[in-house]
Amino acid sequence: MLTYIFKRLLLAIPTLFLVALAVFLLVRLIPGDPAQVMLGEGASPEAIASLRTELGLDEAVPVQFATWLGRSLGGDLGNSAITGEPVGALILSRFQLTAVVVLISVGLATLIAVTFGLLAAWRQNSRLDLAVLGMASFVLAVPSFWLGLVLLLVFGVMLQWLPVVGYVPFSEDALGAVLFLVLPIVTLTISETGVLTRMMRSSTIDVLRLDYVTHARAKGLSERTVLMRHVFPNAFAPTLTLVGLTLGRLFGGIAVIETVFTLPGLGRLMVDSVLARDYPVVQGCLLFTATLYVLVNLLVDILYPLFDPRVTVS
Amino acid sequence: MTDALLQVSGLRIEADQPGLAPLLEGLDFEVAAGERLAIVGESGSGKTMATRAIPGLLAAGVHRAAGSIRFEGEELTALEERDLRAIRGAGIGMVFQEPMTSLNPALTIGKQLAEGLKLHRRLDDAEIRRRCIDMLRRVQIADPERCLAAYPHEFSGGMRQRIMLASVLMLEPRLLIADEPTTALDTLSQREVLELMVALTREMGTALLLITHDLGLVAQYTDRVLVLEKGVLVEAGQTREVLAAPKHPYTAKLVGSLPRPGDGGATGGGGDVLLSIEQAVVEYRGKPGLFGAGAPKRVIDGVDIAVRSGEIVALVGASGSGKTTLGRAALGLKELAGGMVRFDGVDIAAMDRRQERDFRRAAQIVFQDPFSSLAPHLRIGEIVGAALRHVPGLTAAERAERVTRTLEEVGLAGYERRRPHQMSGGQRQRVAIARAIVSRPRLVVADEPVSALDLTIQKQVIELLQALQRERGFACLFVTHDLAVVEQVADRVVVLEKGRIVEEGATAAVFANPRHDYTRRLLAASPALAIAEGSAS
Repeated sequence: MLTYIFKRLLLAIPTLFLVALAVFLLVRLIPGDPAQVMLGEGASPEAIASLRTELGLDEAVPVQFATWLGRSLGGDLGNSAITGEPVGALILSRFQLTAVVVLISVGLATLIAVTFGLLAAWRQNSRLDLAVLGMASFVLAVPSFWLGLVLLLVFGVMLQWLPVVGYVPFSEDALGAVLFLVLPIVTLTISETGVLTRMMRSSTIDVLRLDYVTHARAKGLSERTVLMRHVFPNAFAPTLTLVGLTLGRLFGGIAVIETVFTLPGLGRLMVDSVLARDYPVVQGCLLFTATLYVLVNLLVDILYPLFDPRVTVS
Repeated sequence: MTDALLQVSGLRIEADQPGLAPLLEGLDFEVAAGERLAIVGESGSGKTMATRAIPGLLAAGVHRAAGSIRFEGEELTALEERDLRAIRGAGIGMVFQEPMTSLNPALTIGKQLAEGLKLHRRLDDAEIRRRCIDMLRRVQIADPERCLAAYPHEFSGGMRQRIMLASVLMLEPRLLIADEPTTALDTLSQREVLELMVALTREMGTALLLITHDLGLVAQYTDRVLVLEKGVLVEAGQTREVLAAPKHPYTAKLVGSLPRPGDGGATGGGGDVLLSIEQAVVEYRGKPGLFGAGAPKRVIDGVDIAVRSGEIVALVGASGSGKTTLGRAALGLKELAGGMVRFDGVDIAAMDRRQERDFRRAAQIVFQDPFSSLAPHLRIGEIVGAALRHVPGLTAAERAERVTRTLEEVGLAGYERRRPHQMSGGQRQRVAIARAIVSRPRLVVADEPVSALDLTIQKQVIELLQALQRERGFACLFVTHDLAVVEQVADRVVVLEKGRIVEEGATAAVFANPRHDYTRRLLAASPALAIAEGSAS
């Protein structure tokens, strides 16, 4: 088991190196000179030149890459070119918020999807199944930003139950922070439920057709036991993979939701720094999310044998 | 009769969709305590449905429309689901066909065995464990303690079926319904499982309802037989009488399609050596560790086989003997770790591009499972025509013409526009044969081409393959575990055990005088041969 984890982490190194290289080069392909953008339209050529030297931008690109990579390995992702804050600390503080929203939403979405997917498949072609399938398809078709805006309009503006703009950190006002987080979490939960429900439903249908389910019934077990002991563990494994992929994807990219609800999360940080040509921050964010992606999927692969013992980890 | 254990009368099963003909009509039968009754019929005859209806476990989409089912005097159709559950398992046990899917892969054997006992008997954990171990021992599982903690995937098909048997018989039901319990097993495991089933049910006084399409098994293991055709009972009686003198034409057809020695016979090839396998070794990589792979597992170990042009050579062995692997290696579909395969004298691993293209055209394969060997998104015409894409100088019109003619030859004229899912298993296997012969190959490797089919369809497909072989004279390497088929088609037979050849020779000679112990066991375990000999004498 430990050997396996160690091996997987070793395998992640080339992946992350390629990510780092791609990130570094892509950022440099964005048109516009960061020094120019930072100093504004009217800056003198001398001022721009001196800022470029300060940022290390006049070095050859491979040299810049080597310098950045070397420092990143030591845990120093550099400082923001705009505010001068250390990138590592900036990412971590913003990520906390994103992580809370994503973990709660995906957790809720998984619970809902597993329950309804299982029930819908169990009563395939019944009214319940049609309703679940219809809702899942509807939710899939609705863009999350639009859903967010509608919820804001109804609960924030019309009913005035929840705040509309802004955010208070949890440490300052716990209740306030929770109120600000309700709508983004609800929005994200709803929009992630669709795919997961459909996945759970279709893998449950496949499992229900297998002989061991009939065998379990022929033993005289109740439907409840048949579903919980014999169907659920086998049907959940494919959904678990999807949950892992969803987590990885969302950790790096709920920029749209964060923008709609004006939350200072990791996604917003990334968008803002791209617009500001803040190279160190963009690079740091992308490298961070890629690492997270690799780790989440490793975790899923380690958990997989719990549901499907045919897959061994070693 | 009032002392019948199970009494089914007027059973009718219909599809939920209105307007369709009933799937099973007016079925009456009885099973006495301790009796062994067989229900035979082809796929779609309703035999499985009839038995699933007994404990109220019909699949979704069909329902019982009429009829009464009495078990130990109690009317099952009038029971609440709850009371029915108390009878399932404890009164009526069921064993299913597919050992690969009838145990839950996510639970240990111990948990699955204990489940029924926990539900139906009030026993403490130690007693449950003791009974599980005892039962596993009775179904001849070595090391039952370890088995309890293991998962189903760690066992072979035959062992899983024995574990299934243990889990069902542990509850000592009065009736055991076994639905094609050994169809998916090779001949040796088939015999073992059935002998066990019969011995244990006899010991416990359990009645056995055996559903099968294999008349060989019926003859050997049951007292009475019911014959179903398209949902209607056409014949019933003592097994011996029904098989010896079938009254209904359908029963006669079923009995007639049992493979018999001396039927047809092959062309008897005597040409030059076309395919020669020399000292072939095939290995599978060991489990990967941190530093490279573990020790490789040898599945083919120094095998020599020569196939002459126009000859049919049967490659026989139990599951795991390496026969399928060897068949694939003969076509270069499996890499050799040692030795070589020559086609027309040329080492297939050393062929240049042109030679390889010619070889691919001249050597074709028919796979076992007609449901997964045809690409579902292509039309039949495209599937068969694809084999012609390497033939140089063939215009599209000529290609279409060849496809049409080949489909006619396999009895599927006009099927070009169909897709695989619109066809039955037997028809699909004909498509697979058409695909193999359309490029006019000199060698066809047939990998268990009929073992997934019904007996009557098997007969048709084998006859087709034989007729085509006689007409076109291609050589054939026929991989199978079914000795009855071998006797019918092959000139020579090669018996494989654990990756080595243990016996080979002319089919008649090997069958008349098997020298190796393994061959003798294989022959003894073949039920169809036993009945064929019985009826001939």
